[in-house]
Amino acid sequence: MAFEPKILAFSCNWCSYAAADLAGASRMQYPANLRIVRVMCSGMVHPNLVMEAFSKGADGVMVLGCHPGECHYLDGNIKAQARLAVVEEMLDAYGLEPERFRLAWCSSAEAERFVEVVTEMTEAVRGLGPNPFRPTRPEDAQEVA
Amino acid sequence: MTLTEVREVSGQAGDFTVRLLEHPRYVDMDKCIACGECARKCPKKVDDEYNQGLGKRKAIYVKYPQAVPLKYQIDPENCIYLKNRKCGACVQACPAGAIDFNQKPREKTVRVGSMILTPGLKPFDPAGIRTWGYDVFPNVITSLELERYLSVSGPTEGRLARPSDGRPVKRMAFLQCVGSRDLNKAGHGYCSGVCCMYALKEAMIAKDHEPDLDVSIFFVDMRTHGKDFERYYNRAKEAGVKFRRCRVHSLEPAEQNGGVYLRYITDRGKQVGAEYDLVVLSVGLETPPSAAELAGRCKVGLNQNLFAERGGFQPVQAKGRPGMFVSGAFAGPHDIPQSVTEASAAAAAASLPLARVRHSLTREKRFPPERDVRGEEPRVGVFVCHCGNNIAGVIDVEELAAYAAKLPKVAHVERNLFTCSQDTQELLKKTIQEQSLNRIVVAACTPRTHEPLFKETLKASGLNENLLDMANIRNQGSWVHQAEPEKATEKAKDLVRMSVAKVALLTPAPPLTVEVKQSALVVGGGLAGLVSAHGLAEMGYPVHLVELTSRLGGSALHLYQTWRGEPVEGKLDSIIRKVTSHPLITVHLNSKVSGAEGFVGNFLSTIQGPQGETQVEHGVGIMAVGGRAHKPGEYGYGEHRRVFTALEFDKLHTLGDSRVRGGKTFVFIQCVGSREPERPYCSRVCCTHSVQAAIELKEQDPTRKVFILYRDIRTYGQREEVYRRAREAGVVFINYDMHEKPRLRLDNPDMVEVLVWDHVLHEPFRIPTDVLILATAIVPNDLNKELARIYKLPVDADGFLQEAHAKLRPVDFATDGLFLAGLAHYPKPVEETVTQAQAAMARAATVLAKTRIDLDSIKARVIEERCDGCALCVDVCPYHAITLEEVQGEPGRKLVRIEAAKCKGCGCCQATCPKLGVEVAGFTYEQLASQVAAALA
Repeated sequence: MAFEPKILAFSCNWCSYAAADLAGASRMQYPANLRIVRVMCSGMVHPNLVMEAFSKGADGVMVLGCHPGECHYLDGNIKAQARLAVVEEMLDAYGLEPERFRLAWCSSAEAERFVEVVTEMTEAVRGLGPNPFRPTRPEDAQEVA
Repeated sequence: MTLTEVREVSGQAGDFTVRLLEHPRYVDMDKCIACGECARKCPKKVDDEYNQGLGKRKAIYVKYPQAVPLKYQIDPENCIYLKNRKCGACVQACPAGAIDFNQKPREKTVRVGSMILTPGLKPFDPAGIRTWGYDVFPNVITSLELERYLSVSGPTEGRLARPSDGRPVKRMAFLQCVGSRDLNKAGHGYCSGVCCMYALKEAMIAKDHEPDLDVSIFFVDMRTHGKDFERYYNRAKEAGVKFRRCRVHSLEPAEQNGGVYLRYITDRGKQVGAEYDLVVLSVGLETPPSAAELAGRCKVGLNQNLFAERGGFQPVQAKGRPGMFVSGAFAGPHDIPQSVTEASAAAAAASLPLARVRHSLTREKRFPPERDVRGEEPRVGVFVCHCGNNIAGVIDVEELAAYAAKLPKVAHVERNLFTCSQDTQELLKKTIQEQSLNRIVVAACTPRTHEPLFKETLKASGLNENLLDMANIRNQGSWVHQAEPEKATEKAKDLVRMSVAKVALLTPAPPLTVEVKQSALVVGGGLAGLVSAHGLAEMGYPVHLVELTSRLGGSALHLYQTWRGEPVEGKLDSIIRKVTSHPLITVHLNSKVSGAEGFVGNFLSTIQGPQGETQVEHGVGIMAVGGRAHKPGEYGYGEHRRVFTALEFDKLHTLGDSRVRGGKTFVFIQCVGSREPERPYCSRVCCTHSVQAAIELKEQDPTRKVFILYRDIRTYGQREEVYRRAREAGVVFINYDMHEKPRLRLDNPDMVEVLVWDHVLHEPFRIPTDVLILATAIVPNDLNKELARIYKLPVDADGFLQEAHAKLRPVDFATDGLFLAGLAHYPKPVEETVTQAQAAMARAATVLAKTRIDLDSIKARVIEERCDGCALCVDVCPYHAITLEEVQGEPGRKLVRIEAAKCKGCGCCQATCPKLGVEVAGFTYEQLASQVAAALA
């Protein structure tokens, strides 16, 4: 069985989460590797939370917020951008590829963009292979066999 | 009441009887779940009006994905069943049994005290007029069609292609004023007011999509008179959009390649031609026939432009028809900020006469007392929705339910055909009570639409509404993984596991409410402040009105007429009298606000007056501190006795000063201090004012020579009428450029010699002038900055107060309970100031109408044992809701404190705190981490 990455997205309630809903209503299809954690703002996502996801074995993590200037809370997305820069450094310290983390903007109307970002990320992470910190999962057994 | 029209109105202000006709939707709104199965199966394809006929929809449809209510409807003109009694594919397809072909038109009668008419606009149809070649050349499209082409949800998914052959567009031209400012071809003398801005926007978006795209805009006057619009215009110039001041007189097919050939005249008078792949007609706005019919039925008068008749001091009141109010494009060709402002103003004006009976028809919903679940082990109930076949058709719901039952803390699992249906709510309530469930997971659609419904059900069953989480297994599950049912099922298991993990950690949050002090503070005693203070007092709320000077009236004291020619003085006197004599209004003259604290419903402001400081409590505040005229340092102002600002000129003119009375030649110079690098905004009122003054000078003495030297004449909207009259009266308009400003010779004290480049004759032109009038900019008062500091409000780059959202919240600040109006926001004429003041008062009344306000439960709170008082969270809070305070009785120990009424729950504090010492209810670090852990388990 081919490697199926598990990707986690912290998704802002006002933009990308709504875009994901709209993608559904429009029956757009994208890889089933994504698990969304709904947050009220990308600015709410603590860098430790992202690192915790990696340490628990997420193959990729995304934070999806509103376009600059469109934040529901004035500028939480800009704060997220500034703060999450540290994630890249930490990834480096962990020996993980920077491509495993992505911060992207997506408005509530941009279902296409949401699908595009998720698909790109899934493919990129699939190419990188499993997160070395990933604990063995039941479905991996077949791979070994 | 959708699909409903007004048939007849009888009665009068305060007691109208309105007969309504509701047309059938053929879909039961209570049953429709908007899954779209019906539209997928419907065999009848119809041109999609929303996509400007560029795409197809079905005979059963929703207009667009964001429609409210999100319910399908059948178009009886195209439905095969309704036409021939054959088909019924939608009935078969609908999992909810919502299709109802037996619906009939229904009559209803309602009794109301006031009516607001907002029937909207229709874009001008350029078909049939040869000049524009709209229905002749396939590559000539309207701006609305371009809007759809540029949209990712449009017919080409945002790709810009030539309609004729699908080839990429390399060169594109916009033609402005199609159907506007054109009595000859369109029968519309007015300016539509919005097309310059939307053309700029579309040009910029198109260039965003295609950076090498060559875009030209052919225009008459570029009218970017709104807040921040001029900056956008400047940005478009920098981005390489070409601006050509010229009306194109004809379009021809290009010799090759299927393009369109335009002939035009350059600003140096040379005739040239150029070929474009795509020509976009910037079509104007007009009143649709249906709106004119509505006006007829409501006996609301329309003017020659078919917009509702209104007055400058009662801008949302239908003229001569008490009790009827108008707003939006029915009131005039208005853009979004103006329409939204007017909508609030109309709400205020319509509710004012009804203030006495406010709340007399309100019914309150009651819930049983809340069960205290603290100390109980979590007993999670999981409700798996089939959503007809929408979820169950892809996801193995039986397997999902069996899986959920094995998860820790899950006490009960059940499946429902539709968890959201009314009868299931009753079942849910019963199950919650019988099984003593204390946490609920609904695995169904999105919390963005259905969470409020399930929260109500929790409340109705005696549970705190926050003990709920939704697993979105439809919109983010079955619908997006239709071809991979196994993976969709696995994902659904993960999502349910994540929800169960989170819900177990949720705690009941008591509903947060704050008391409202039902009184207002209005800062600024100019027209805006007067109107809003008087309105709020008439609604029954005490008002403190603070004015810096010794006199009420503000800048309006210097105005003598509106653009419609209504005298200002009498109206202003009358409202000042009403304000000063109102028992509920306290006027503080020679005073200013020196300090403030508090939050929505509970402000405490300090007023510094001649007798010292007074503190007032108030629930809301309106900032209306006005603006002032710029004093120019150019064009001989202050050096020559025949050079005046526009306001000075008005005064001399009214007083009959000999220099004006005896003057034979008058020159107005526009944009003095506006649209300059140090002040890159348009002052909005000066063009209309100069044009009006010029007409009067000509009317008094037709032998006078009157010149207006301008950069763009911005008599936007229906003010265009004034511009047309001025040209008829013989006023001469000469266009000048920023880099070729008029020059003066000032050596003769009895005359000013003006030198300007004549844009028609293309040679220098010398005007010996008796009076030179400078149309000076409106600049913000310094008080803006002071208020901004005191109430922590944002100020824009030009020094004007910054609203929460330029389009959607034009009179609100981001801080709840504070509002703005008048020149403090941006330059604007009398009627727009009155409108904005009424809008601010309407928004303020939404707070004051309640004795308590419920706050959202998603709020930050401090975990005191973790907080070490580093205060990093204080700086990141966008709402200034966090303060650092010393702990009582422990000198030196500091903790942060959060004002719940100011907090909006964004969680920037939570993500900043290095000690996890602050958290947002419902989204705590632990709760999010539990979801992360569950997702990866």
